[in-house]
Amino acid sequence: MDLDGIYRAEYGRCVATLTRLLGDISLAEEAVQDAFATAVEKWAETPPNPGAWIVTAARNRAIDRLRRESSREARHAQALLLHSQDEPREVGPVRDDQLRMIFTCCHPALSPLARTALTLRLIGGLEVGEIARAYLVPEPTVAQRIVRAKKKIRDAGIPYRVPGSGELPDRLDSVLTVLYLIFNEGYASTSGDLLRTDLCVEAVRLTRALADLMPDEPEVIGLLALLLLTEARRPARVGPSGELVVLAEQDRSSWNRELIAEGHELVRRCLRLGRPGPYQVQAAINAVHTDGESTDWTQVLALYDQLWRLTPTPVVALNRAVAVAEVHGPAAALAAIEGLDLPGYHHLPATRANLLSRLGRTSDAVAAYDEAIALATNDTERAFLRAKRAVLS
Amino acid sequence: MRQYLLAVQLDESERDAPEEEFLAMLARTGKVTDEMKAAGSWVFVGGLEHSDVSTVVRPEGGKTTITDGPFAETKEQLGGFWVIQVDDLDQALAWAEKCALACGQPIEVRPFGDPSR
Repeated sequence: MDLDGIYRAEYGRCVATLTRLLGDISLAEEAVQDAFATAVEKWAETPPNPGAWIVTAARNRAIDRLRRESSREARHAQALLLHSQDEPREVGPVRDDQLRMIFTCCHPALSPLARTALTLRLIGGLEVGEIARAYLVPEPTVAQRIVRAKKKIRDAGIPYRVPGSGELPDRLDSVLTVLYLIFNEGYASTSGDLLRTDLCVEAVRLTRALADLMPDEPEVIGLLALLLLTEARRPARVGPSGELVVLAEQDRSSWNRELIAEGHELVRRCLRLGRPGPYQVQAAINAVHTDGESTDWTQVLALYDQLWRLTPTPVVALNRAVAVAEVHGPAAALAAIEGLDLPGYHHLPATRANLLSRLGRTSDAVAAYDEAIALATNDTERAFLRAKRAVLS
Repeated sequence: MRQYLLAVQLDESERDAPEEEFLAMLARTGKVTDEMKAAGSWVFVGGLEHSDVSTVVRPEGGKTTITDGPFAETKEQLGGFWVIQVDDLDQALAWAEKCALACGQPIEVRPFGDPSR
């Protein structure tokens, strides 16, 4: 029996259900942890539906505990539990509870770090230490943020529900941002090695769950397509000795064909819905990259122009310049990124270095690579930039 | 039901708005207050004089001292507030949005402590 695996898979769902029954996230977490501790002792073999077993055990533990405590709050919670008409539901349908939990964790009244940390902890079942490592934040800081956020949810009265249609677009943005951030942290880690596969997998799983629940939200489908098409290229992104391999040099035969097919189908579904948004356009760009034997850069540039109209940010301008270089040459691209202000973002000097070296301006390119190397925080990307610089000088 | 303070954060270093603008602002905030009353969410509303009119009474070794001026010497001071009674933070935030747009100032939303705890 793989209790660790079951814990990973079921923790988030069980806490979400118990939170609905108890009305308190911390209490729900304690009850679920108690139930897992009991499972370690009692399970000779895995029950057919481990999630339902945990929910029932946790609910009983919570009732016992509330009976022992005599505060007014405890009595109130107990009354809620005993009189709740609906028995803990089977694991399948509790998806509603998880969605409620995602929206609660990503409430705009919480700080961005608290949103990602809480989502990873309560939905992804990640340990505090794992979250701390992913975000380069000391473990006590993450623990404290999570405790504070849970306290704010309770004390400020943040509701445990999926927002109504009026607020939904605003609130959905926050949820999508968190899922996108979790994936990006896995795809290009802030430090150490390039990839944190577990974070990528978790982000894809959560986005799939969201897309299951909101099949008519084009941006949700767009984000899922974007993540799948990016994830599909992951095996080719790092070479045999852990070095970074750029898109043009990747071995396309090692891309995950299934994920690409699914991603393309989702992009077509977005097109049919006819309500384009930034995630959908980025997914379409990745669909072009993964279509056929080489990238159709004219199409990519047209999509970046569309993305620029939707979100005119310096990062979009920088990424667009890469397509400009392919279609109109490096001089045009260099002009397009002139004056961009992205302090601390190593991709800007790295892109400038690449364009300068293509124009034969070697000494300017070396200087730009030096700037990029100083800013890069990830070992793999630093090594990649150093190698590029070494070829020039 | 829970009670929330919707506090108007006023930057007192900025010059007072012209009379006409001030009256228009009062009319807008008054309309929001009327809406709150109609929705059964209203508990109290009040605008405050500027903080230079404040006086602070401080305890000191069993006695008190009195000083002129506000407790904290910052530009942003409490300019006035609403107290409302609603189900949850989302409802409080929805009122705060209306208040912020009506008075043109940031609104701090702060829950009152739950007396049952």
